[in-house]
Amino acid sequence: MEKWRAADRLLKFSSRFASAVNWNNSCKSKQGKYFYSVATTVHRNPLFSIISPDDISYFKTLLGERGVVQDALALDAANTDWMGKYRGSSKLLLQPKNTEEVSQILKYCNSRCLAVVPQGGNTGLVGGSVPVFDEVIINVGLMRNILSFDKVSGVLVCEAGCILENLISFLDDEGFIMPLDLGAKGSCQIGGNVSTNAGGLRLLRYGSLHGSVLGLEAVLANGTVLDMLGTLRKDNTGYDLKHLFIGSEGSLGIVTKVSILTPPKLSSVNIAFLACEDYTSCQKLLLEAKKKLGGILSAFEFLDSDAMSLVLKHLDGVRNPLPPSIHNFYILIETTGSNETFDKENLEAFLLHSVESGLVANGVLAQDINQASSFWHIREGLPEALMKAGAVYKYDLSLPLEKMYDLVEEMRVQIGPAAKVVAYGHLGDGNLHLNISAPAYDDNILAKIEPFVYEWTSKNRGSISAEHGLGLMKAAKIHYSKSPETVQVMASIKKLLDPNGILNPYKVLPSSLLSQN
Amino acid sequence: MKIMVAIKRVIDYAVKIRVKPDKSGVETNNVKMSMNPFCEIALEEALRIKESGLASEVIAVSMGPTQVVDTIRTGLAMGADRAIHVDYPGTLYPLSVAKILKALVEIEKPGLIFLGKQAIDDDCNQTGQMIAGLLKWPQGTFASKVVLDKEKQTAVVDREVDGGLETLCLDLPAVITADLRLNQPRYATLPNIMKAKSKVIKKLTPEDLKVEIKSDIEVVKVTEPPKRKAGVLVSSVDELIDKLKNEARVV
Repeated sequence: MEKWRAADRLLKFSSRFASAVNWNNSCKSKQGKYFYSVATTVHRNPLFSIISPDDISYFKTLLGERGVVQDALALDAANTDWMGKYRGSSKLLLQPKNTEEVSQILKYCNSRCLAVVPQGGNTGLVGGSVPVFDEVIINVGLMRNILSFDKVSGVLVCEAGCILENLISFLDDEGFIMPLDLGAKGSCQIGGNVSTNAGGLRLLRYGSLHGSVLGLEAVLANGTVLDMLGTLRKDNTGYDLKHLFIGSEGSLGIVTKVSILTPPKLSSVNIAFLACEDYTSCQKLLLEAKKKLGGILSAFEFLDSDAMSLVLKHLDGVRNPLPPSIHNFYILIETTGSNETFDKENLEAFLLHSVESGLVANGVLAQDINQASSFWHIREGLPEALMKAGAVYKYDLSLPLEKMYDLVEEMRVQIGPAAKVVAYGHLGDGNLHLNISAPAYDDNILAKIEPFVYEWTSKNRGSISAEHGLGLMKAAKIHYSKSPETVQVMASIKKLLDPNGILNPYKVLPSSLLSQN
Repeated sequence: MKIMVAIKRVIDYAVKIRVKPDKSGVETNNVKMSMNPFCEIALEEALRIKESGLASEVIAVSMGPTQVVDTIRTGLAMGADRAIHVDYPGTLYPLSVAKILKALVEIEKPGLIFLGKQAIDDDCNQTGQMIAGLLKWPQGTFASKVVLDKEKQTAVVDREVDGGLETLCLDLPAVITADLRLNQPRYATLPNIMKAKSKVIKKLTPEDLKVEIKSDIEVVKVTEPPKRKAGVLVSSVDELIDKLKNEARVV
């Protein structure tokens, strides 16, 4: 209790000090950092200590030589996010091998007031997984053991550093699948997926991680290990704290183990790639699909003509499934069931009916797994294609279905010819991935996008971050989607669990809230 | 000119194969089956030849139990005009397949027979060659390019061979087997899937064709290849040399 009060006094003092620094322009350029999508500058919290040689030798004793990385090349990779948009200047990367090491690291960093960034696969899209300044990077990638798998219940217990694709392969041999799937599966780790409440392509069918994660083990800022690693489907004993860690983006604790319920792998997977002429047809098709394919529908994705053109241009090994023209909208429908013949007939009947009723202009049905993969490659390859096309401003929004494409069209009018507005996303979940692709990052373009996109979303009671999280990019934007009272309670929880604010600072919640009392 | 294309239903190329515990074969229960990729390429080439006006009709042929009809439907959805299903519940080895095809050729009289170079389940790479032998027709196997000449009634075929490419000129009628780089097969579009529902699949049996199925081959045992051992990290050149000498015995 005493420690908390002392820290609180320090924080109060520092906020006045920080504002003094703000007014003093000569400090701004050294302390401040400007990001392509953050309109406000961020300043390094002067309360955080700077790494000293004593710290390094402590970590070397704790983790061994291999666990302490100061190599410039390795640091550069760990300091930069997947999009190359956010770059920190951390001088230290730690690689713990087990929960105990994570606990010791955090206990030490908390006592020294050293800020840390928990890191997994570093595939996040909002700058949440890389340092802003010189925070110590704690990468859990070496903690990649699968601890247990129950073949009857399908409960998988594994360490946070397991790569999603590896878990998928492991489960494949057992006849199960992971309840989530996303384009980043080759690199993203389950700890990160859980910490960001990753959505992905199968949320429509298997729900969110809040439902499929049965338990987890997390380490708090002061090193306390919270063992909530239950494997029970039902456990109503007390407050279900694990939900705090799911989606808090590493700001409340570092997830070290995950217990997740995996669905059985069903044998009959069918996938169709369809073309629609207008957005209204897409919506009607979704409704029809839910009605007619209800039980077996496992994915419903959309992309618009700009997205298709981009993918065909920039991605290797991709061809237009419906040549020769580019249609206005494309829908990818996947069904997963246990009866191949029945499912295929069902899907075919649904599709033919959609063509006859004019909802679908044309479409193709995958005849083998290779064709199915190539359809998915088009949709999953969009982020990569956007990266290759140049600079990209990425927005991930939840919006009411009828309004969703209105935003895209209005954005096109706003931006004009300066950049291309590309839209795709999980139509089945009401999640739009709005991407503005420009030859280079340009503040004039950014000014046309923000705050327009957030205000539009807020006005339509949407979410400014459907699944990507707030990270650094939207740390000051939560008020667009959450009420002030709600955010206050979030700040209280943060202060309770991480009084020194060392876990992933400058992210998720507005820093102004955290330095007030 | 009619083109006959032989297609085979096999375990999908992307599936992880499992050997049955009794080692009698590979697990096919609840496993995704599709058209053999090389057969798909063969069918695609036949369709392109028809679309260029050099053939009048493409007939898809497949042999096996009832489920084979699923694969035939894919062929029809790609654009084959009609199909023949030779119903036989057991396994058919290449010589039996070739004999059945010969009987069908005598009925249908196509100018060209297209097959995949081999099936991905048995990797035999024999059927095309055998039927050419039985019919005494010229053959162009491992085709990576096919150019027909209607006037001269020939097919110029580029073959992928170990040394590179070999170009042959075959007098029609001929047998051609397709290799990977011949073309990229089309997807089955919804309008074509719809049209395929009204296309005819004629059902015949080997008895109807007066072909006796007897096999000179018996599968004795099917086993998995030995598992790859994990790599080992060595910490010095001396250790590497020691391992190469004493464990791998390659120096």
